[in-house]
Amino acid sequence: MVAFILRRLGVLGVILFGSSFILYNLAAISGDPLSDLKLSNDPNRDFLIASLTRELQLDVPPPARYFLWLKGIFGIFVGNPDFGMSRDGSTVAHSLALAIPVTIRLVLAATILAIVLGISIGIVTALRQYSRFDYSMTFVSFLMFSLPIFWVAVLLKEYLAISFNNFLREPNVPVLWIISIALFSGIFWASIVGGSRRTFWITFGAAAGIAATLITFFSLSGWFLNPSLGPIVILGLSIGIAYGVTQLSVGLINKAALKASLTMAGLSIVYYYPANWVFDNHPSNLSVFLMACVTITIAVFVARAFSKIDRGPIVRTAVITAFLSAGLLIIDKYMQTWKPYMETDAINYRPVPTIGQRSDLLDSTDFWITNLDTVTHLFLPTVALTLISFAGYIRYSRGTLLEVLNQDYIRTARAKGLTERTVIMRHAFRNTMIPLTTIMVVDFAGVIGGALITESVFGWSGMGTLFRQGLLGYDLNLLMGVFFITASLSVIANLIADLLYSALDPRIRVGGGA
Amino acid sequence: MIFKKKNSVDTSASTSGENAIANKEVEGLSQSQIVRRRFFRHRAAVISLGVISFITVFVFTALDFRFLGIWHVNGWWKWSPQDIPDLRFGDCPNDTVGCPTISLRPKFMGGSGFGFGDHPFGQDDIGRDFFALVMKGTQRSLSVMIVIGTIGASIGTVVGAISGFYRGKVDAILMRFTDFIITIPAIIIGSVVGYHFGNLGAMFLAFYLGLFAWTGLSRLVRGEFLTLREREFVDAARVAGASNRRIIFKHILPNAVGVIIVSVTLLMSGAILLETALSYIGFGVVEPDVSLGLLINKYQDSFTTRPWLFWFPGLFIISIALSINFIGDGLRDAFDPRQRRRISKKERQESATARKLAQAND
Repeated sequence: MVAFILRRLGVLGVILFGSSFILYNLAAISGDPLSDLKLSNDPNRDFLIASLTRELQLDVPPPARYFLWLKGIFGIFVGNPDFGMSRDGSTVAHSLALAIPVTIRLVLAATILAIVLGISIGIVTALRQYSRFDYSMTFVSFLMFSLPIFWVAVLLKEYLAISFNNFLREPNVPVLWIISIALFSGIFWASIVGGSRRTFWITFGAAAGIAATLITFFSLSGWFLNPSLGPIVILGLSIGIAYGVTQLSVGLINKAALKASLTMAGLSIVYYYPANWVFDNHPSNLSVFLMACVTITIAVFVARAFSKIDRGPIVRTAVITAFLSAGLLIIDKYMQTWKPYMETDAINYRPVPTIGQRSDLLDSTDFWITNLDTVTHLFLPTVALTLISFAGYIRYSRGTLLEVLNQDYIRTARAKGLTERTVIMRHAFRNTMIPLTTIMVVDFAGVIGGALITESVFGWSGMGTLFRQGLLGYDLNLLMGVFFITASLSVIANLIADLLYSALDPRIRVGGGA
Repeated sequence: MIFKKKNSVDTSASTSGENAIANKEVEGLSQSQIVRRRFFRHRAAVISLGVISFITVFVFTALDFRFLGIWHVNGWWKWSPQDIPDLRFGDCPNDTVGCPTISLRPKFMGGSGFGFGDHPFGQDDIGRDFFALVMKGTQRSLSVMIVIGTIGASIGTVVGAISGFYRGKVDAILMRFTDFIITIPAIIIGSVVGYHFGNLGAMFLAFYLGLFAWTGLSRLVRGEFLTLREREFVDAARVAGASNRRIIFKHILPNAVGVIIVSVTLLMSGAILLETALSYIGFGVVEPDVSLGLLINKYQDSFTTRPWLFWFPGLFIISIALSINFIGDGLRDAFDPRQRRRISKKERQESATARKLAQAND
């Protein structure tokens, strides 16, 4: 195993060397970084040229200069990598250190959302193969597949951000909208649930009714201006989460798991007030993290107290329930921040921005307000990226699950008389996840490399912006710095994907013969 | 609930009935006939095929066509992208200028009937006919797509075929070379190439992009060749004295053509999005040439006042990419031997009745 990893790393090193050499020379021969200086009328032009030449070692021919650059990169092994200087005099390492977190923040939420949504919808479409839901989702995913992100972004800015901001000026949902949202959610849920015609209409009625009531209530009570969940709703939602998670994870038949997760759901109302006290008085990432740890520890103990045998799955169920219902508390806190956030001068009741990564005018230092500001700025890019990338997951998880469902071991599982839940969740879903996991890893690396367009549309200054800057200004070190990060990420992601594959699927061995 | 008990376990009788129906259908047909039949049964794919052919013909005949100054064909559209007719103003909504004249609402519904008018897609800020510009841009994007597809397909197939067929050292070298290219994210190599060579013309850009677009395909083809070369028909061909070249091109390649065609269609739909994206961020096709991405980039700020400058190029990108994706899906279904058509209830009943009758007769 170790030998396999080392050998792969060696090969990857050679590959990185080769591709960076190609790119360096390709970029170097195609433009002269001094061209704009040579044309300028600045009196100390010659001095500037000379200093830039010295700084960027432009007197060395590109193939040789590449090795000077490489020498700096090799500093990575002694913990001191030198990415060189960029044209404006700052070090590339510094710019990269500023840009990488921005890009990761931009794509992280979207990737996670896309994965979760895509896989769940993909699985439902596979289980309801050839249903109307399947066909419509197939169409939707193909449509998303074919959308250029820059085009979607402009549409979202116009129709989602600006009209939502306009709507907030007078937050009354028109009747027509209520009806169409109710119809849509009715059809959506009814087609997911499926079943006989009777169940279809019952689900349709229930979902449409709930949606219509909720929206009317929100609209009349001014909820959009001052949203909150409150302890009662949190309790109700937590109990719902407890039932859902238990059903998916071990099945409602497992009473110990159900009790444990219901207890965790009930606890959410107990620590509603203490948690809000902490949120108000000690707001920081650390305290949120510590509270998450405490919740998970409690969940583990509760689950162990309720269970005698087969503790693993029960602990898992309780921890997931606890985590999700604690997440509701944080969402509630953000909702409570919504009103003060909108009342700040910088926002002034137009909370969804179309561009940028934070409001520069926002002078509040409040932890929650600044965080909410980040969230609202993330909103549009996240929606755009999710829309575009979840289509792939739908298609892929649908295809994989259908293939898995055709396998002999699924037939065996059914023949043994296992419940449909066990067959799907334990036998089929886990096997579906094997190829999906590897895809996710590679995809994430790819998304970071491909954030160039998203960043430029939404005016974020991350890696893509640096890359653009490097390309337009013939700033070789900057360009190569970005390339080095993205290429290493994609190479490492491929390696991790291979290792994961062999870890998840015992039939595949790495390092043996190949 | 999702996991409600349902009749997902086919009884053996109905399965064998389905098999019987499926088998009966392909009786006495050649492979390509089966594939063609399956493809034409995929409704979305057939519609998409129609749409894409229509768009191609529509777009390429719209404008004047010149080839090296010798061959000259007049297009059916009156304006060319270079013409600067008078800006239309006065009768546009919200005091804008150059609004589109296309009318799709028929007369009996209170519209002015189906008609193109003088400037169906409106005019840009200096009065150029936007329909002509969109036609030009679509021509560019389509030809870039085809060039990338052709180059990517040929290199990918050859590299994959050689490394899968010969295995060993050749395979190792070629696959490491593929890894070289894969490490460079497509958009990055595209930007570098596009930025520095974009001014040499769209075809040159497409050629360069094609040189980097074959990696996924070559891996697929290699995998296909690795399995196919172990099959009996390859042994038979070798015993009969066929050369390696003959085995690769005459025996294995026709069997791998399904994989190749499907992934080339996907490559092409990716290519049109890549080209438009690159042109959008300014690293692809550059002015004075026209491309759909470039048009969107240029007029995105006028979205609130003159949205047609933004809508029409986007709609063309989407309809092309969508059609190609659907065609690819149809082809995949058609080439996949495991793919079974959904047997309708009626057919199932008919086959069951037939079986019962047969049993009764016994």
